[in-house]
Amino acid sequence: MDDIKYDKNIDYGTPTSQSTKQVTLTVDDREVTVPEGVSIMHAAAVAGVMVPKLCATDSLEPFGSCRLCLVEIEGRRGYPASCPTPVAEGLKVHTQTPKLADIRRGTMELYISDHPLDCLTCAANGDCELQDMAGAVGLREVRYGYEGENHLKSTKDESNPYFTFDPSKCIVCSRCVRACEETQGTFALTIQGRGFESKVSAGNKNFLDSECVSCGACVQACPTATLIEKTVIEAGTPEHSVTTTCAYCGVGCSFDAEMKGEEVVRMTPSKHGGANHGHSCVKGRFAWGYATHKDRITTPMIRKNISDPWQQVSWDEAISYAANELNRINQTYGKDAIGGITSSRCTNEEVYVTQKLIRAVFSVNNVDTCARVCHSPTGYGLKQTLGESAGTQTFDSVMQSDVIFVIGANPTDGHPVFASQMKRRLREGAKLIIADPREIDLVANSPHIRADYHLKLRPGTNVALISALSHVIVTEGLVQEAFVKERCEWDSFVEWRDFVAKPENAPEALSEALGIDAKTLRDAARLYATGGNAAIYYGLGVTEHSQGSTTVMGIANLAMATGNVGREGVGVNPLRGQNNVQGSCDMGSMPHEFPGYRHVADDATRALFESAWDRPLSKEPGLRIPNMLDQAAEGNFKGLYCVGEDIVQSDPNTQHVTHALEQMECVIVQDLFLNETAMFAHVFFPGASFLEKSGTFTNAERRISPVRRVMTPKNGGLEDWQVTAKLAQALGYPMHYNHASEIMDEIARLTPTFKGVSFKKIDEMGSVQWPCDDENPAGTPIMHIDAFVRGKGKFFITQYVPTTEKVNAKYPLILTTGRILSQYNVGAQTRRTKNVAWHDEDILEIHPHDAEDRGIQEGDWVGIRSRAGDTVLRAKVTERVQVGVVYTTFHHPESGANVITTENSDWATNCPEFKVTAVQITRVNQLSDWQKHYKTFSEAQLAYAGRDLEAAKIELD
Amino acid sequence: MDIQRLISMANQIGDFYESYPNQSHAQHEIAGHLNKFWALPMRKQIAQYVNEQGGTGLHAAVQASIKAHLQL
Repeated sequence: MDDIKYDKNIDYGTPTSQSTKQVTLTVDDREVTVPEGVSIMHAAAVAGVMVPKLCATDSLEPFGSCRLCLVEIEGRRGYPASCPTPVAEGLKVHTQTPKLADIRRGTMELYISDHPLDCLTCAANGDCELQDMAGAVGLREVRYGYEGENHLKSTKDESNPYFTFDPSKCIVCSRCVRACEETQGTFALTIQGRGFESKVSAGNKNFLDSECVSCGACVQACPTATLIEKTVIEAGTPEHSVTTTCAYCGVGCSFDAEMKGEEVVRMTPSKHGGANHGHSCVKGRFAWGYATHKDRITTPMIRKNISDPWQQVSWDEAISYAANELNRINQTYGKDAIGGITSSRCTNEEVYVTQKLIRAVFSVNNVDTCARVCHSPTGYGLKQTLGESAGTQTFDSVMQSDVIFVIGANPTDGHPVFASQMKRRLREGAKLIIADPREIDLVANSPHIRADYHLKLRPGTNVALISALSHVIVTEGLVQEAFVKERCEWDSFVEWRDFVAKPENAPEALSEALGIDAKTLRDAARLYATGGNAAIYYGLGVTEHSQGSTTVMGIANLAMATGNVGREGVGVNPLRGQNNVQGSCDMGSMPHEFPGYRHVADDATRALFESAWDRPLSKEPGLRIPNMLDQAAEGNFKGLYCVGEDIVQSDPNTQHVTHALEQMECVIVQDLFLNETAMFAHVFFPGASFLEKSGTFTNAERRISPVRRVMTPKNGGLEDWQVTAKLAQALGYPMHYNHASEIMDEIARLTPTFKGVSFKKIDEMGSVQWPCDDENPAGTPIMHIDAFVRGKGKFFITQYVPTTEKVNAKYPLILTTGRILSQYNVGAQTRRTKNVAWHDEDILEIHPHDAEDRGIQEGDWVGIRSRAGDTVLRAKVTERVQVGVVYTTFHHPESGANVITTENSDWATNCPEFKVTAVQITRVNQLSDWQKHYKTFSEAQLAYAGRDLEAAKIELD
Repeated sequence: MDIQRLISMANQIGDFYESYPNQSHAQHEIAGHLNKFWALPMRKQIAQYVNEQGGTGLHAAVQASIKAHLQL
């Protein structure tokens, strides 16, 4: 039979089954065929029969507590609940009989006897399953009265900034508790007490102070108004809904923007989202208020010097000013003095038109993207070894993994929705190896999960770690030789094998450098090589090092040597930081590559683009972001078009970045806010938020998902790609598209891996994973199945070269940086939401031993000094970091985390070495000089734009 | 650009290829990497430094590679 066509608007009550065996039964005289293992409730829903229910919902395992879903089955006694009862061949089920109606009505009467009758003024009015069920069972009276004991006077918990918990409306169906466990995996909620005393509890605390991570799964699961969004309480129920894609991390969750006219009422995770399957995190679910924040700049601005106040102008004036300036710079200094930078926060279409503008107008390839400072080593390393600059798997693949190896990634903070899926697999029993200098939550702080091995290595020793693990695999005969012989270049394997087998690569030899005992290294290597399907997940802890690319290649070597590529459950999985890191690289926003990772020196590719774009193009690789800044500092780079990116905050060695910007003559920033880079700009083009434009984002699993416009752009009606097209036009290069879909059509025409991609296909399929071409019209979930993209996989020798950033008497500690769940990247978006309730400043984590040596106590102000600069943060004394290592995040500009980081970078890609900076920490009692300067400077800059820093602060209730 | 910065970047590339058993191949790869990823002004500057200023501070293999294989 055909697969069941699931309708996302129907709640099937219990999850579907993966069984391939089909079962046929009859529900109310309707014959229905379903996979074995589904519930009778589910089968009934497939047949179009909705059995009354309260505690069941198809995102959760059946629970069988509400007693509404009872049915009668011919030949069986009693009234079994249909949600936990599996289907069987030939069953004849009746869902509506007089007896069932009596039982259900009696049950509902009991529920309603302890529920406030305020439906008309309730926030869930019209969107309440209890209300629906009262209607469905025909409840007409409540005979018990309201005199007896009840829960109607329970106190409401309004501590969470985004939703309320009203126990008086709770029916104790446990959907929230189960969602917290099954969907999110945090186990913050429990049912406390027994019988009448049973109540939902966040561990005896209010929600904000509890373990709750505010993912919204409980709110989503709640059938009543007990857990409900504050925006719904304020605005009422939405009247229409548009499916779009989250603008935060690289998971790329699908959301339904639930609207009232042009106002978002709430964002709910889309049940059919390919990446998130109806789950969400605190950012995507709740932190979208920045889109309407009063800090938004909605009028174009220009100024001659950065010491001048901004002048508000029309779009035409701003575009014309910018074009004249770029033309002047081109004539005065030459084309090499001009470049563009895109952001992973841009859509594919925006990135594409920006790189097209720079290349076609100026015949130069100086166009880069912020992947430069995060995952550029992934692009390089995976292209070299496997042949394609992308992860090999789908997120769902993790459900087939037996061994999960997380290297330099913190999924529960950085990629929370995927982390929930990973945690589900880990609770099912998959083994876990973590390589991280710091004790991330997955190590031992996630309920029912404990890493089998935490390889707590010294920052900067990733390559040594990979070498040690490879040594064990090679010397203990754990290589899958048949796979290597068939799928890889044998000569490259032999070179690699002989190299890693050398005694200097043995765990015993590298143990001291790594700070991990040799036996643990050997055991972890054996588990990875022999534990079944083994999948590697890695993040910026791998790439942001002087040997970032080497580690990526080493990871690919490991996966190839053990045969862990090319099927479900295995693979090499870069966890991309931002929503469109993958896409911005795919779109040719790299100075050496056209869209689709084709080198600019390739004559055939260049001819293709020259013909399509009708301009001569350069065969020379352009400047990367750090090269642009270096050139600018020397006076050789003068004009920059920076779309959506904030290099001043996110790039290393802030003083160098700002000095470089100060030497430029025309910096054009296109953004929602006057970000840190805009403070050094001469032209400001107000951008459109993801709610205000059409386009696509491509997530970490190569999934191209739609971004849909749900409101008019607040900048006067222009989507960002339209601004770029106008600028191109003003520069004398016609760039006309009627809609973002036409840009994607052009991308598809010029890029083989995107040949089959169109907005129409994305509308039909929901999303599609590239490569999508004639051979794979429905996309490619798993790559390299029969052969590697490059043909044969290639091994590379990966010699460990210690970083030059060494600790010494002056700088005895290593600073490493990371992210936190509630904030996102430079924080421009999340700092302008109530997420500041969880993280309103960056904190320095320091080990108790190092703190004691320096007389530092929890909460003290500490100075952090590196050879690049110094800043001041408050200290948190914790054993999560190891002795000799300190850690912070970089979400707040006044923290100046990148004032400390240095210009050291990856050898192959210039990706900055954010993860290793030698520092000294001391107790201090005032801000650093940089911070004082920053305060004065930024206040002046905000005033130039007519902004008041204090007035813009997020107020918490 | 600051020549010291270019020197250290070029040496890092040299370090990666140092352990390759076939050093003549490694020399191709070092300059190959520069040709592929370094903008022309950067390549010109490092070539000038090697050819006209003796290339002090650059690893021998990197210097040799630049002399033999760098495209300008």
